[in-house]
Amino acid sequence: MTQACKDPVIHNQWHPLTSLDEIAQGLVHDTVLLEQPLSYAMDDTGALHVWYRTPAQPAHTPYDPAKAGNALPARSKHGYLWTCVGKPPKDLFPVPELLEPDRQNVPTGVFGVNVSAGRTIENFLDMGHFPFVHTGILGEEPRTEVKEYDVEISESRDEILATRCQFYQPKAALASESGADVEYVYRVPHINCALLYKSSPGFEAEGRMDVIYMFLQPMTREWTRAHTGMCVIDLENSYQGIRCFQQVIFGQDKPILENQFPKQLPLDTRAETPIRADKSAIAYRRWLSRKGLTYGVIPAAV
Amino acid sequence: MKLYDYELSGNCYKIRLMLNFLGREYETRPVDFYPGREHKSPELMKLNPLGQLPILEDGDLVLRDAQAILTYLAHKYDPSGQWYPVSDPDRLGQVAQWLAFADGITATASSARLHDTLFYELDVEAARAGAHRLFRVLDEHLWFAEQEGQDWICSGDHPTIADLACFPYVILSEEGGVSRQDYPAIRRWCDRIKRLPGFVLMSGVFPTSQSAA
Ligand SMILES: N[C@@H](CCC(=O)N[C@@H](CS)C(=O)NCC(=O)O)C(=O)O
Ligand SMILES: [Fe+2]
Repeated sequence: MTQACKDPVIHNQWHPLTSLDEIAQGLVHDTVLLEQPLSYAMDDTGALHVWYRTPAQPAHTPYDPAKAGNALPARSKHGYLWTCVGKPPKDLFPVPELLEPDRQNVPTGVFGVNVSAGRTIENFLDMGHFPFVHTGILGEEPRTEVKEYDVEISESRDEILATRCQFYQPKAALASESGADVEYVYRVPHINCALLYKSSPGFEAEGRMDVIYMFLQPMTREWTRAHTGMCVIDLENSYQGIRCFQQVIFGQDKPILENQFPKQLPLDTRAETPIRADKSAIAYRRWLSRKGLTYGVIPAAV
Repeated sequence: MKLYDYELSGNCYKIRLMLNFLGREYETRPVDFYPGREHKSPELMKLNPLGQLPILEDGDLVLRDAQAILTYLAHKYDPSGQWYPVSDPDRLGQVAQWLAFADGITATASSARLHDTLFYELDVEAARAGAHRLFRVLDEHLWFAEQEGQDWICSGDHPTIADLACFPYVILSEEGGVSRQDYPAIRRWCDRIKRLPGFVLMSGVFPTSQSAA
């Protein structure tokens, strides 16, 4: 039995498997979640199915309910298929912006990263790397300072919220024409999912923000499927332009992530030197610690 | 001139490098390779029935295959003949030999990266082993070349399209779980390429550290 089965915290979560866009209707698809081989399909009526993989139903063959293995819960939310290999929680976090009629939800691709999910979330929360890793796009030397910002753990919603984050960006979004100080808000509503809100070029006055999300599927402790997407009020740029922009950014993050050592996330906040940019990372590590997560992390000594 | 391009493709990166080294203006037509699979769309299959990138259009000419495109660009737009030494049969033969080798790197190191990153279904252990076999050959070759005072894959003072054809999937190999730790001559050669005037980055490739200069 794998360690995964012994960690109820990771077990009893909804985990993303795929964007609905990428499912070929009627066919079987394979994936891996927490070291377990799974399959999924969307049947001819559009209903979603997830089950423990079985040789009777190989990938790319037509879905046949009689042959599928032991069923798991399947849930469609935020444009993705989610499942749970333990006791599924009743709710999955809300993203109200996805329901606004003048936005497009653009899944920008799922990428494998050779690192734990926790490390990936932590990098997503860190503005300090912008000038060095996304040079000329999300940051630029010498403007490397991360200004003071607020982090709170919302008890009512059980999520981490970082607000008043500001950063100078030469090209904050595909639709930006020049550099600007950009305001960010980060949300971590799920141990492996994070969203960032940033001012949307052209909509600053209305205070509306673009949403960029990262929903992570832990395949193993050190291999993660990162589902990325963006929910924009950007009517001028095509899906494709937006995908391309996000992929450039993620392609730059990937080698940085994969060079993290250790690959699992140390929860002891003294394990690595904190700097201001890490304030949200520290909150994240503490939050995971309090939940008692052990999968994909190095728990703090007690 | 128009390049059908995908940012995260090492084969497209070869062409972007060449065009930058040559200082040629060009237009890109971004292709939604992933997740859109646009390279398999009827429009692109008409240009390249193999359903692959890169594709180059220059006037009436439509070319596929990175190595073929490099050959064309170098011969057409580098009058000095440094990138593609047509008048020197020995070096020309070496270039052709290493262009073919570059396709082997695509078949191994690039496949491993596609497996780990974009979930292509293939035998990743075989791909990684194949990449290491080729990297050992390249490392040894570069090590002996250095002993002769030669910086590049083929003899002579100037890099050739063989260097450009081999570079991208070598420098991206870690994304497929292929470490370059055991190949010091390859690492030095990568740094030399990164210091060439006109060198450009792609996502996943970083500038060489200043101190290494
Ligand atoms: N020998 C070709 C290989 C090109 C190749 O593998 N291209 C990849 C992108 S980097 C591709 O289009 N793959 C899609 C496929 O093969 O179906 C070249 O060097 O251009
Ligand atoms: Fe980043």
